[in-house]
Amino acid sequence: MDGEGSERADAGWARARFDGAAMVVALGGRWTLANARNLESSLARVETKGAKAMTVDMEKVAAIDSAGAWLLHRQILRWQETGSEIALANASHAQGSLLARMAIESEPRRPLARPTLGAIGELATRTGEATVDLAEEAHALVSFVGAVAATWLRAWRRPARVRLVSTVHHVERIGIDALPIMGLLAFLIGVVLAFQGADQLRQYGAEVFTINLLGVSVLREIGVLITAIMVAGRTGSAFAAEIGTMKVNQEVDAMRTLGLDPMETLVLPRLIALAVALPMLVFFADAMALAGGAVMVIAGLDLSLAQFLEQLAGAVTLSTYLVGLVKAPVFAILIGIVACYEGLKVSGSAESVGIHTTRSVVKSIFLVIVADAGFSILFSRLGI
Amino acid sequence: MSAPVIRVRGLVTRFGSQTVHDGLELDVRRGEILAIVGGSGTGKSVLLRTILGLKHPDGGTIEVLGRNLADLDDEARRPVLRRMGVLFQDGALFSARTVAQNIRLPFTEHTDLDHRLVTQLIRVKLAMVGLPQEAGSKIPAELSGGMRKRAGLARAIALDPDVLFLDEPTAGLDPIGAAKFDELIRDLQRALSLSVVMITHDVDTLCAIADRIAVLLDKKMVVGTLDEIRAYPHPWVQEYFSGPRGRAAQAGHDAAKGRKDD
Repeated sequence: MDGEGSERADAGWARARFDGAAMVVALGGRWTLANARNLESSLARVETKGAKAMTVDMEKVAAIDSAGAWLLHRQILRWQETGSEIALANASHAQGSLLARMAIESEPRRPLARPTLGAIGELATRTGEATVDLAEEAHALVSFVGAVAATWLRAWRRPARVRLVSTVHHVERIGIDALPIMGLLAFLIGVVLAFQGADQLRQYGAEVFTINLLGVSVLREIGVLITAIMVAGRTGSAFAAEIGTMKVNQEVDAMRTLGLDPMETLVLPRLIALAVALPMLVFFADAMALAGGAVMVIAGLDLSLAQFLEQLAGAVTLSTYLVGLVKAPVFAILIGIVACYEGLKVSGSAESVGIHTTRSVVKSIFLVIVADAGFSILFSRLGI
Repeated sequence: MSAPVIRVRGLVTRFGSQTVHDGLELDVRRGEILAIVGGSGTGKSVLLRTILGLKHPDGGTIEVLGRNLADLDDEARRPVLRRMGVLFQDGALFSARTVAQNIRLPFTEHTDLDHRLVTQLIRVKLAMVGLPQEAGSKIPAELSGGMRKRAGLARAIALDPDVLFLDEPTAGLDPIGAAKFDELIRDLQRALSLSVVMITHDVDTLCAIADRIAVLLDKKMVVGTLDEIRAYPHPWVQEYFSGPRGRAAQAGHDAAKGRKDD
């Protein structure tokens, strides 16, 4: 027997001996999970010499759990395969019934792992699934846009149905609560833009045109883009997670059964709030970015505030500002639709909430940038 | 009689100014099925969480298998935790893993058995809780509520625990499914000589499989056999057992007893 293992009082063991002509395998000790390794090796060492009949004597077994019972059962099966007749001796009722439970050979053996198709099969399957998903996704998103539009029109005809309190609450969360971070962000971007611009333009002695660069780029593009990306990350994710959690808790189902339209109660107030709050945030971000740039220019280029303002007034017109601002409601609707759509697509688990929240942010930022490119083309065609 | 597997002494639990348990005492004997009942909000689940060491007691001591969990550090706690199995209400299976992976987890965490043996043991556990083998490859979301409970039970008994905790094992099951689950618990308790502590609202379960019943009344515990508790003169207890549901379950229980006595 193995030296240290069998000497320990709590170890399990198996020993073969001849009792007259009959072969007896005596078992003893603790046949438990903690001893499983030692039991496995102990059983493997039992030399049965191909005996035709064997008795398994459980008299000295102090304790047996399902792991021990399984090891014994497995060994008995192996012995039976070599043609031995096995009889159990001195097994208590409980031990016998536990052993009887191990007989799972009759059950059809099914793989415990999820079936896989191999690397190439998986790749093909996933590519196919992704393609179909993409098509379905596009279809579902278009339907959702349609449903939103229909709800919007209904609300237009009967304005009383718009949830005013909820809308105002969302305006506060999207707009006012975002002012500090949005202001800081825009201010710093203004500073960086002015600093880099001045650095480059100095080579041509045209530092003063830093103000033109700053004014045009902030008002036309950067102000609205930064704001939209910030809102997509901050508010879009919150919308998707909120609505998604409501889906998981079956709150959305409860609404439907109570005759409330989730489109009307959840989606519309958020969309309206976004369309109202985002342009206001853009205005604020524009102002803060210009202020940041002004601080940089005044400190770095040794100009006065009056000179800065004069140069700025020459560089930008009202239309420069409006070109930026007009994009804001469009971006707001894009962000809102994607966020609410992803939120309503959540199903079942906590994991699903996470997936759709992430998707909502990635998709809405992507769509915002695509739309911005579209606007650029449109405006250049229009000659604005 | 051997020492109790769980010994709760003078347990106090508070939430803010609200006292939920005040000097609660409870012994769970080896090899028994103890059912904890009580009205909503009497702190049944909190008691379970406290015994499991998921919540610190605000007063009193709790010994599980002779060790006070509150005194132990994480390292010393592991061997004690390994000897306890828990079935949470909806199974609490890890949703991103298959059932087989869920059952494998305690093995990889607490043992160093080779992969093949663990796979075989997983098959044994699936068979023990009455799940078909193909359930092993499914993720929890693909299973029905009853199957999820069985899968949760398979994970709870993976390491052959000494004590099994069940939080409302039959809640949300249809009566036939609930009766089968009761049988399964009784069956496993005998086969694996488990001590079982379960929280239940199900009077049928109480009558069918509980050896003793612990009732949470006025922040304390009243423990006894079914007949003792039934005779206990407290309005809540009387209403619990003499309400329509209680009477029906009782009738079934008495009838079964009558048949046995014949």
